[in-house]
Amino acid sequence: MNPELVGRDFPPTSPYLVGREKVREFAKAVFATDPQHSDPAAAQALGYADVVAPPTFAMVIQDLTLQQLLSEPDSGIALERTVHAEQRFRYTRPIVAGDELSARLQVTGVRPFGKGAMVTSEAEITDAGGAHVVTAVSVLLIGGEE
Amino acid sequence: MNTMPAGNAALEVGTVVAERSVHLTRESLVRYAGASGDFNPIHYRGDVAERVGLPGVLAHGMLTMGLAVETIVGWLGDSGRILEYGVRFTRPVVVDAEGGADLTIVAKVGAVDDEALRIDLTVTCAETVVLGKAQVRVRSES
Repeated sequence: MNPELVGRDFPPTSPYLVGREKVREFAKAVFATDPQHSDPAAAQALGYADVVAPPTFAMVIQDLTLQQLLSEPDSGIALERTVHAEQRFRYTRPIVAGDELSARLQVTGVRPFGKGAMVTSEAEITDAGGAHVVTAVSVLLIGGEE
Repeated sequence: MNTMPAGNAALEVGTVVAERSVHLTRESLVRYAGASGDFNPIHYRGDVAERVGLPGVLAHGMLTMGLAVETIVGWLGDSGRILEYGVRFTRPVVVDAEGGADLTIVAKVGAVDDEALRIDLTVTCAETVVLGKAQVRVRSES
């Protein structure tokens, strides 16, 4: 694991267009049965333009940044030795179908842990207008080389 | 699913606001893999799970995190009231090919202040707590 990843500048991910059927599919997968996730009329009654994604849908966008991290040639991270230790989301607003989202990755901490390292990364997810939607924070436990 | 009426007035620390049980099968894991894009084979292939030393095929941590918070959405009324949600993945959820796995989620008021409530989620599988510090900060109703 390379401590020099902290502070490295990563480009924002390509815009991800949140589709209504994708939100419905994700909602079903996380047993989210409330109609705000599937019925546009129910979401509109709450003041949203379209169906509201379940809170952890932000992971789909954050994952694009984790792929950036894994593909850095000098990251020293291999997926099969990676364990997801902690996850956190801080919301300005929920994700809604029709949003076009991109994420910017920052590695905020690398500390030794056993033979490996605990790596904290943050993805700041913004909409097409550049406004903050949600920040996703992951702590990954990266195993050391065998 | 059982829920109590929303509104902070009657909310005291320790009050159970919602609870539910979810039965996971291998199909649930494949469905979540497709919906989320997380195709790590330890979530659907017993041989791979065994090779890397796991006790069996595991549920995605993010599936457990995702289904846990949905327990309170009906009670909240609007999932947009959620300001922050965090968990630690402390114990694996093993999903048996035949029997699946049963998760139980209990949501209790953990703290109350003027602007927000903290809801603590206790998520158990086979009487073992599988998420640590599963806390949701939600905006109080205006």
